[in-house]
Amino acid sequence: MSEGETRAWERAPVLTVEHLTMRFGGLVAVHDLSFTAGRGDITALIGPNGAGKTTVFNCITGFYKPSEGMITLAHPDGSTFLLERLDDYRIASKAHVARTFQNIRLFSGMSVLENLLVAQHNRLMRASGFTFAGIIGLGTFRRAEEKAVELAKYWLERTGLLERADDAAGDLPYGDQRRLEIARAMCTQPVLLCLDEPAAGLNPRESHELNQLLLSIRESENISILLIEHDMGVVMEISDHIIVLDYGEKIADGTPQQVRTDPAVIAAYLGVEDEEVEAVEKEILQ
Amino acid sequence: MPRLLDALKDAGIAGLIALGLAIPIWSHLTVQKPGGLVLEQRWWLVAIAVATVFAGRLVLNLFWWPRRGAAAGLGRQVARIAAPLAGAEKWLGPALIGLAILMPFLPFSNRYIMDLAILVLTYVMLGWGLNVVVGLAGLLDLGYVAFYAVGAYSYALIATTFGLSFWVCLPLAGLFAATWGVILGFPVLRLRGDYLAIVTLAFGEIIRIILINWYDLTNGPDGITGIPRPSFFGLEFKRFGDNTFAGFFGLEYSPIQRIIFLYYVILVLALITNIVTVRLRRLPVGRAWEALREDEIACRSLGINTTSTKLTAFAIGAMFGGFAGSFFATRQGFISPESFTFIESAIILAIVVLGGMGSQIGIAIAAVVMIGGFELFRELELYRMLIFGLAMVGIMVWKPRGLVSSRAPTIAIGKRKAISSDLVGEGHG
Repeated sequence: MSEGETRAWERAPVLTVEHLTMRFGGLVAVHDLSFTAGRGDITALIGPNGAGKTTVFNCITGFYKPSEGMITLAHPDGSTFLLERLDDYRIASKAHVARTFQNIRLFSGMSVLENLLVAQHNRLMRASGFTFAGIIGLGTFRRAEEKAVELAKYWLERTGLLERADDAAGDLPYGDQRRLEIARAMCTQPVLLCLDEPAAGLNPRESHELNQLLLSIRESENISILLIEHDMGVVMEISDHIIVLDYGEKIADGTPQQVRTDPAVIAAYLGVEDEEVEAVEKEILQ
Repeated sequence: MPRLLDALKDAGIAGLIALGLAIPIWSHLTVQKPGGLVLEQRWWLVAIAVATVFAGRLVLNLFWWPRRGAAAGLGRQVARIAAPLAGAEKWLGPALIGLAILMPFLPFSNRYIMDLAILVLTYVMLGWGLNVVVGLAGLLDLGYVAFYAVGAYSYALIATTFGLSFWVCLPLAGLFAATWGVILGFPVLRLRGDYLAIVTLAFGEIIRIILINWYDLTNGPDGITGIPRPSFFGLEFKRFGDNTFAGFFGLEYSPIQRIIFLYYVILVLALITNIVTVRLRRLPVGRAWEALREDEIACRSLGINTTSTKLTAFAIGAMFGGFAGSFFATRQGFISPESFTFIESAIILAIVVLGGMGSQIGIAIAAVVMIGGFELFRELELYRMLIFGLAMVGIMVWKPRGLVSSRAPTIAIGKRKAISSDLVGEGHG
């Protein structure tokens, strides 16, 4: 893409964050943050530790109520949702935003398949007539459950976990648990998938496989992905759009190429004096 | 000889503990003598106790434990006995149900056994009801007896005031109890762990105190008498009258007929509780309960309304408690607040915990062992609590997650594999 051309995130944003501020008592974790994420893009939120990335995530997914600001999600059919006004579970069930967690949160005592069925709770709940039809064993629920298992199998196959379907989620190795969390989030059939450090703790091979998985999900499912990541290999390789945070404020916003050469970003990451930025920049560009 | 030294030290500590325990219990005895009570000193008894503990511990340390690999030996044996329980659910369940159905016709059954069986089944049902809240949804409820009381009083009051029959009142009692479950559920939605336990405990006490003090309605501590007995499709269990069970079937009247009928009523109620719970576990609402026990935040991130999920758990658990309560009222014919003290909640919770949280068959066995065992040791009244306490300590040491400590998945593509309790969450309470 050449300069001047409009980007997806300017043309057709799926997520619009405006003047988002989050205060915890006297601490301002995020200050007046505005950005957009384009439909079908992989948007990365990066920044040093404590920059407020996870706070932004928690505001988008409703786990925090923002102190100020507006978060708008636009569905492909044109309907919009004001996420800051929705309860956390409604953001997942109505606005179809799915998320994963920095420290994996699986239902470890339930089987892998059960994890994926819990993710389809609302659809199955309706099919079971809010339990009343299900308890007397109506066929509608059985068929809905078969479909749910099919969807679960599909995602297990995509994430390479089909053989482990009947094992306890807590028994899986770390990398598999990360992928299972993504599969579980995808089973909610989201419009926007939010991944909090999906590559944390993965070895280079696993992290490469994760890149392929995310790219293929974006390709086949027609969804948008928002991710927080520390692993620059992942970020630079797969993202279309990068937003850099530092001390709760946005310091850069653009394509990977733009962000990579942004002096403010380099300063934030390497912690150099302003005068030295140019020298560092040269070094990197070589 | 470091081993001897260690053994001596360990035995010394055990001896000191024995000394601390023995002094207040055994050192003095009050004896009635002419001229009033006299304190008799019995230091020899204390000395014997301490010496026994010291010597016994020393012997165990030196000769027994080195060979057996400490106490783990016994633990392994207990575990080995209990291990097949988990896999035996397939045949053990039907076998137990068959035994329960045939119970009144077995040669050894008499009035005493049938009464005890009714009591045990009431607790099985209460245990299964509480299991929904504690075992599946992971919400620690120390006030479960409140719903038992609501069910009992609902039936007693409706039946004595409006003259409705047991079969009409039973669903009403369940409905009232479920309503109270929701009423309790609302304020405790945000509470976790100890706080949840304390509030539910208080709720149980509040209900009991209201029952004592609302004299106009509940007749206070005097209780409600003359609660109608259930009828068999309109046929009553009486010696004389027009519509008697014995008369209709041309049998000779015997009081055991009513006992057997009550036994089958509670058996059916308990089995319904079991079937409904097992089915609910396989429905989305049941999976959501278990997911809630595992991780509430993850549940919300998947779009599960945790408020309504918790409330349904409270309501359904309470409903079963209410059914059991109205059965209790009709069986006793008399209820008073004394029957609904905290110790009842504690016993029901102990049944759920000992049985293995979430396991239906484990809870049934725990109820049989606890309630039946309690009766069995009635002769040894003094030592009943001691044995009970010992059994509890033993189970908590060797089977900390209860008799059946693995979880069976609700659905599988291939073969169902039991999930070890190490992975299964205990919930927030």
